[in-house]
Amino acid sequence: MATEGLVRPRLKPAPRAPLAPQQAIDAFARRHRYRWWEALPWAAAIAAYVLFPSYLPLGAQILATILFALSADLVLGYAGIVTLGHAAFFGTGAYTAGILAVHGWGEPITGLLAGTATAALIGFVSGWIVLRTTGLTLLMQTLVVATLLYEAANKASWLTGGDDGLQGMEVWPIFGQFRFDMFGRTGYLYCLAVLFLCWLFARHIVYSPFGRSLTGIRENVRRMHAIGAPVRRRRLIIYTIAAGLAGTAGALIAQTTGFVGLSFLNLERSGGVLIMLIIGGVGRLYGAFIGVPLYMIAQNRFSEIEPVYWYFWIGLLMVLVVVFARGGILGLSERLRR
Amino acid sequence: MTIETRAVETPAIETPAIRTPAAANGLALETRGLCKSFGALTVADQINFRLERGARQALIGPNGAGKTTFVELVTGGLRPSAGQIVIDGADVTDLPQAVRVKRGLARTFQITALFRRLTTLENVTLAIAERDGVAGGLIRPAGRHNRVIEEAFALLETLGLADDALRPVSALAYGRQRLVEIAVALGLSPKVLLLDEPAAGVPSGESGLIIEVIERLPPDIAVLIIEHDMDLVFRLARRITVLVQGRILVEGPPDAIAADPQVRQVYLGEREHGRGGR
Ligand SMILES: Nc1ncnc2c1ncn2[C@@H]1O[C@H](COP(=O)(O)OP(=O)(O)OP(=O)(O)O)[C@@H](O)[C@H]1O
Ligand SMILES: [Mg+2]
Repeated sequence: MATEGLVRPRLKPAPRAPLAPQQAIDAFARRHRYRWWEALPWAAAIAAYVLFPSYLPLGAQILATILFALSADLVLGYAGIVTLGHAAFFGTGAYTAGILAVHGWGEPITGLLAGTATAALIGFVSGWIVLRTTGLTLLMQTLVVATLLYEAANKASWLTGGDDGLQGMEVWPIFGQFRFDMFGRTGYLYCLAVLFLCWLFARHIVYSPFGRSLTGIRENVRRMHAIGAPVRRRRLIIYTIAAGLAGTAGALIAQTTGFVGLSFLNLERSGGVLIMLIIGGVGRLYGAFIGVPLYMIAQNRFSEIEPVYWYFWIGLLMVLVVVFARGGILGLSERLRR
Repeated sequence: MTIETRAVETPAIETPAIRTPAAANGLALETRGLCKSFGALTVADQINFRLERGARQALIGPNGAGKTTFVELVTGGLRPSAGQIVIDGADVTDLPQAVRVKRGLARTFQITALFRRLTTLENVTLAIAERDGVAGGLIRPAGRHNRVIEEAFALLETLGLADDALRPVSALAYGRQRLVEIAVALGLSPKVLLLDEPAAGVPSGESGLIIEVIERLPPDIAVLIIEHDMDLVFRLARRITVLVQGRILVEGPPDAIAADPQVRQVYLGEREHGRGGR
């Protein structure tokens, strides 16, 4: 049959065989199709629920932090916006949900949405200001935004509880049905469901023309300007979206742990999420799913044994990643497969 | 065979164009009294430049004459200190780069500026999606914009780049990357195309491919070629502008330029020194 050669183009194409337009289209279309291994993180998350019932509170934190790292990946990995202030949005989401819950509105879904919206708003306003710059200046400005927010939260102790953090959050059952239980079962599944929805959303963005144009901005801003792309607007849009998702993550942790403190806004939080992302692999959508569990489980184990050495090991791991595995663990596995 | 490009669909809502007499006399691009200085250094000095529709014109001048700066000024990468830029009869001096592109202005870069880790096909696709106004879309996956992909692929075919379509640009030979430079610009379906040293860095044996592509450009595109390679200039240009220290020295048909004593002295003389260094 004439079409035979086209069925499996990836199996040794005849040398110099001219590429057919349909192959080019297929190559594009293949990208956004779901692949089998994309089910793995979800299978692992469900398996963990069954296998480690006593670790579900930690599990819920890991899931929410994955979302936080995923939002950082959209900004850093896709749009190439370097930021050291991503915790600003995480903290904003957490405080929003937390303050609502303290003041008598503990409905989780609306609390989550409120956290998302407030963080997105802060993202939009701060992004509108800082995204005029790039590189190191931008890095410093994102840091300044996060620091300002941290200080504001510190000063407004009547609202935030200041140094002591927010006390006495009361989160109602989800859909009025599922109580947040002391074993963290509900919290875990709640985080898992929200992460899944946000992942679908992020994945859709990444494979949309908008997402591809972000990649273009990361690869070569000058060229994007030269082909007439509204670079600043695109950056602001993704910055706002990512801020919103970071806010969702913060609200999730606030609601499942019942606590929000200043550490939600600090530099360690911004830096930590980047480290986790870099270990997993930046700009790959799945780096967060690898780096975050690895980091947080290791931290949990190590800090019980010898907390001082934790930073030594993380430092060592970062050096190894930078020297041997640019692109993180995912980048390494991609190279090994070739 | 000429390279086909589609006419630019100008968006319905547009900044009102200020019509000037230039529209009537068929100028694709005009600058009036264009000036630019970096501190004490004047790199554009009262440049009155005209490019007719469908022109094949060259802009030549010694290193540092201000040719690339001129391109930056025209495209909107740099703001002029004084003067006006008129595209197709409309003053665009105060309009951002993106709007000028929508008006049909495209450029290539002297130092290759591509999306290196993306495939050749995607490099062109990004430009076409931008031109069609679908590049900001969030609903349909990029892989379903078949029309855009097909057009990008067809464009690569006409440039002889189809076999490289699915390879990352960084994996291509430099000469081919220079062709991708042109392909991305053509993806915008420009009316005015500014080629900043299209053959820069290409071994002279391979520049034939680039010359051939430029020769086959659609006749209605106004092309301005900046080039040091005189073979290329004299083969392609029907008109030559000589820029020296930010000022237009002379302008005219190739034979007049070649015979001009001033040009021979200031520019062509220096070329002999410059050639070895490149
Ligand atoms: N951003 C800038 N700031 C300061 N000086 C600049 C800047 N850009 C260019 N110049 C200077 O302006 C002059 C003109 O540069 P330009 O790149 O336009 O020259 P050119 O004619 O394109 O040269 P070449 O043939 O080498 O490409 C040079 O002396 C250059 O050093
Ligand atoms: Mg130049």
